[in-house]
Amino acid sequence: MKRRSFISTAIAGFGMLPFMSGAASALNESRAESLIDSLVADINKVIASGKSEPSMFREFERIFARYSDTSYISAYAMGNDGRRATSRQKSAFSSAFQGYISRKYGRRFREFIGGQLEVKGVKKVKQWYEVKTLAKLQGQSPFDVTFHASDRSGKDLFFNMYIEGINLLLTERTEVGALLDRNGGDIDKMIAALKKAS
Amino acid sequence: MNYISPAFRMLSRLLPFGALALVTACAVPQDSPDGIYDPYEKQNRKMHAFNRGLDKALVRPAARGYSQVVPDEIEDSVGHFAQNLGQPSVVVNSLLQGDMKGAGVATARFLTNTVLGFGGFADAATEFGMPEQDTDFGETLYTWGVGEGPYIELPGLGPSTQRDTTGKIVDLFTNPLSYAVDSPEKYYGTGASVASRLSDRDRYSDTVDSILYESADSYAQARLIYLQNRRFDLGDETSNREVDPFELDTKGF
Repeated sequence: MKRRSFISTAIAGFGMLPFMSGAASALNESRAESLIDSLVADINKVIASGKSEPSMFREFERIFARYSDTSYISAYAMGNDGRRATSRQKSAFSSAFQGYISRKYGRRFREFIGGQLEVKGVKKVKQWYEVKTLAKLQGQSPFDVTFHASDRSGKDLFFNMYIEGINLLLTERTEVGALLDRNGGDIDKMIAALKKAS
Repeated sequence: MNYISPAFRMLSRLLPFGALALVTACAVPQDSPDGIYDPYEKQNRKMHAFNRGLDKALVRPAARGYSQVVPDEIEDSVGHFAQNLGQPSVVVNSLLQGDMKGAGVATARFLTNTVLGFGGFADAATEFGMPEQDTDFGETLYTWGVGEGPYIELPGLGPSTQRDTTGKIVDLFTNPLSYAVDSPEKYYGTGASVASRLSDRDRYSDTVDSILYESADSYAQARLIYLQNRRFDLGDETSNREVDPFELDTKGF
């Protein structure tokens, strides 16, 4: 996280403190559902804008930062290797990973044009919520997409996504692990490779 | 339902296979990381390199060519035809799983599409609100309690497990049509399913390419994705091992 965004997040966090103390602020089924609804609405807005690809990727990165638990996602993706990373490496990894995800999934946005994500149901699992949706894309049979959302960070955020049972975070941890192996376990080289990966 | 009796005749041939699978396929051991049990990784990786070469040299270009030359409507019809010929096998496997409803729907779909769908080239059943049915002998083994066993990458066919490999071999014999139809007609189905696989390879080209050619370790990606998706289709929730999101140390990220 860059210093400026850290400061603005901290200020935003302070601003929200009074609203977060009451019991009414806990994540519930309808809030989990509306989180996913507005995430989908924001993504559709970017796709409909018809901007150039690089500027869409920046928009997707902004959406990803706003709706997802980026520190959880980065920590999960790094797996056990995160334990030996320095705090500088951790934050560099986190920002490289967010850019990588936005490019990787953003590049496929054309498949979503004219498609829709229909919320099928929300249920509480342990300490988080599972939002089941059905993706209907043009020229494809509908498929299941499930989001996991929690407010462990103090904000309602999604922290994982499953497509037809495939845990996307786990596939990214496999990718990061492979990049580490390829670079002889060197975390800095892995981060550099991630910045170049699409 | 004149294919029920061949189905039972066939059962006697299946039993040795089933017994073999029961003896050899075991569950995924508890200590395997990410729920992956891959004792044959070295051989599997060699097979993966072979499959990747096959895809690059043959399957991918053939799929591209097939989809470019053949109009979309014909491609869909060939896909429906191949799927329809597979329905009797779905009926047999549904019966073996004790899934009477699935067997009934698959039977109705087969009859509807064969009669009203011009011999299976149109999917009339879906338009009448009969949902698609898909199952195989690998799933039958799962419902019988056979464990997944080690991960295996098969030549030409790609990712599988020991249980699903046994299922694929047995499924060569579970389609009553292959007993009822003489050659050369029985090879129409094989041709249609190869063509329909080419259609799928091209339709999901971006996804397949990103796994095979853009990831840092395509073998590990294909293995993970196959296992997770297959377990999801089977409704197997015990083989995946997940960390509790609240136990992860996110400090510094």
